[in-house]
Amino acid sequence: MAKYLLLKHYRGAPAAVNDVPMDQWAPEEISAHVQYMNDFAARLETTGEYVDGQALAPEGTFVRYDGEGRPPVTDGPFAETKDLIAGWMVIDVDSYERAVELAGELSAAPGAGGKPIHEWLELRPFLTASPTITECH
Amino acid sequence: MNELLLRSLMPSVLAILVRRGADFAAGEDAVQDALVEAVRVWPADPPRDPKGWLVTVAWRRFLDATRADAARRRREDLVDDEPAPGPAPEVDDTLQLYFLCAHPSLTPSSAVALTLRAVGGLTTRQIAQAYLVPEATMAQRISRAKRTVSGVRLDQPGDVATVLRVLYLVFNEGYSGDVDLAAEAIRLTRQLAAAIDHPEVAGLLALMLLHHARRASRTAPDGSLVPLAEQDRGRWDTTSIAEGVEILQAALARDRLGEFQAQAAIAALHADAPTAGETDWVQIVEWYDELARLTDSPVVRLNRAVAVGEADGPRAGLAALAALDEAVPRHTAVAAYLHERDGDLATAARLYAEAARKAANLAERDHLTRQAARLNARRDR
Repeated sequence: MAKYLLLKHYRGAPAAVNDVPMDQWAPEEISAHVQYMNDFAARLETTGEYVDGQALAPEGTFVRYDGEGRPPVTDGPFAETKDLIAGWMVIDVDSYERAVELAGELSAAPGAGGKPIHEWLELRPFLTASPTITECH
Repeated sequence: MNELLLRSLMPSVLAILVRRGADFAAGEDAVQDALVEAVRVWPADPPRDPKGWLVTVAWRRFLDATRADAARRRREDLVDDEPAPGPAPEVDDTLQLYFLCAHPSLTPSSAVALTLRAVGGLTTRQIAQAYLVPEATMAQRISRAKRTVSGVRLDQPGDVATVLRVLYLVFNEGYSGDVDLAAEAIRLTRQLAAAIDHPEVAGLLALMLLHHARRASRTAPDGSLVPLAEQDRGRWDTTSIAEGVEILQAALARDRLGEFQAQAAIAALHADAPTAGETDWVQIVEWYDELARLTDSPVVRLNRAVAVGEADGPRAGLAALAALDEAVPRHTAVAAYLHERDGDLATAARLYAEAARKAANLAERDHLTRQAARLNARRDR
């Protein structure tokens, strides 16, 4: 049992095979895409592997502490930020192989021309809580 | 009312329902309902015969659910055949439930979830919280698991080894949410040990007790890990250790060694040492040799290299380590430790930092980062 984060990027991932911006898809292709994503999440719920999923707005703000008694400093968004997260899904699966299999299915979501996007998704394991039996040195 | 006592009745109540003709999935739901009802009713009105009460209520719930389900009209015969209420039969099918819930057709996570619910009597919500997944997800995982084993008859013999693997997984999960999974694993293993006479069941129970005995000393108040050698041995639970050692000795005397007995023997040798310096590392190495013969696991050989480093010096440990695949988890952490013991602090600091980047769990990563920082600070001085 291990949790993985599936990260979808606006920017920063290698180019997809079917790399057409969404605003150039036919409206029904967008609907088909959204339906595929919803069905995928619903199916993961029925297999008992779904934990969470969210989409993110592309424009965010950078924030940092600016010293005692001062308001935080905000900046951005920065057009030059290389890595931009579009959304995530958290899954809880029995193996790395299963996580890869699911990421592959999600990457097959239909895009322009109703063809799979073959989008690159980033798969990141969660750091787990400490197991009871292993001792450290 | 004692919740643990109530939950301990769960497997035998469920087994009785199944023997009366309830299918496993519906029977399990009915027993869960009865447990919820017991929690509500018993404080004001405790029954004389708790188990008989649970059987009666669960059976009624099962019949109600069956009647309510139009698709299950074929069970009408069963409904008419309601047995007279009376003392529950004394035959205990608890063991069969363990086998069913750890059935080889289930994935490990499904087997764990089903065992905790059907044998452990935990609610879906408690299991979901313990494993940090939404309740709906855990409910689906459990109902799928029930469907997977729906064709398995309860009287088929099972494999104890699969049950032990499931219980070991539960124990290793430790503590999160409001359920202490390590304590629950010990309770379930104890219950299993009462249902079947098997040296490896005893070995696993001993192993759990010996590890659990050290729990309070394994983490500092801030949550950071405390290495075995630095643990405050005065905080070890001597009652648990004594029980674990006694169970282990009885199991070993039967001369049917298995991997859990060997692991427990190593844990017992640690527990037996009044100080870290008095640990009998030579004997621990011998047990790791036994364990390697039994399992041939790379993790065992890695831990053996640590023991060799303690018994014969860090150079010998590094030599043992050199023979192992570097891809084994925690290989780099062990290398760092042995280099530090050998006095090569620069290499040790570099390897600790590298091991931290590779660590699969948070507390271990933080511990390794601290080790690297400690050595770097000492060298800079």
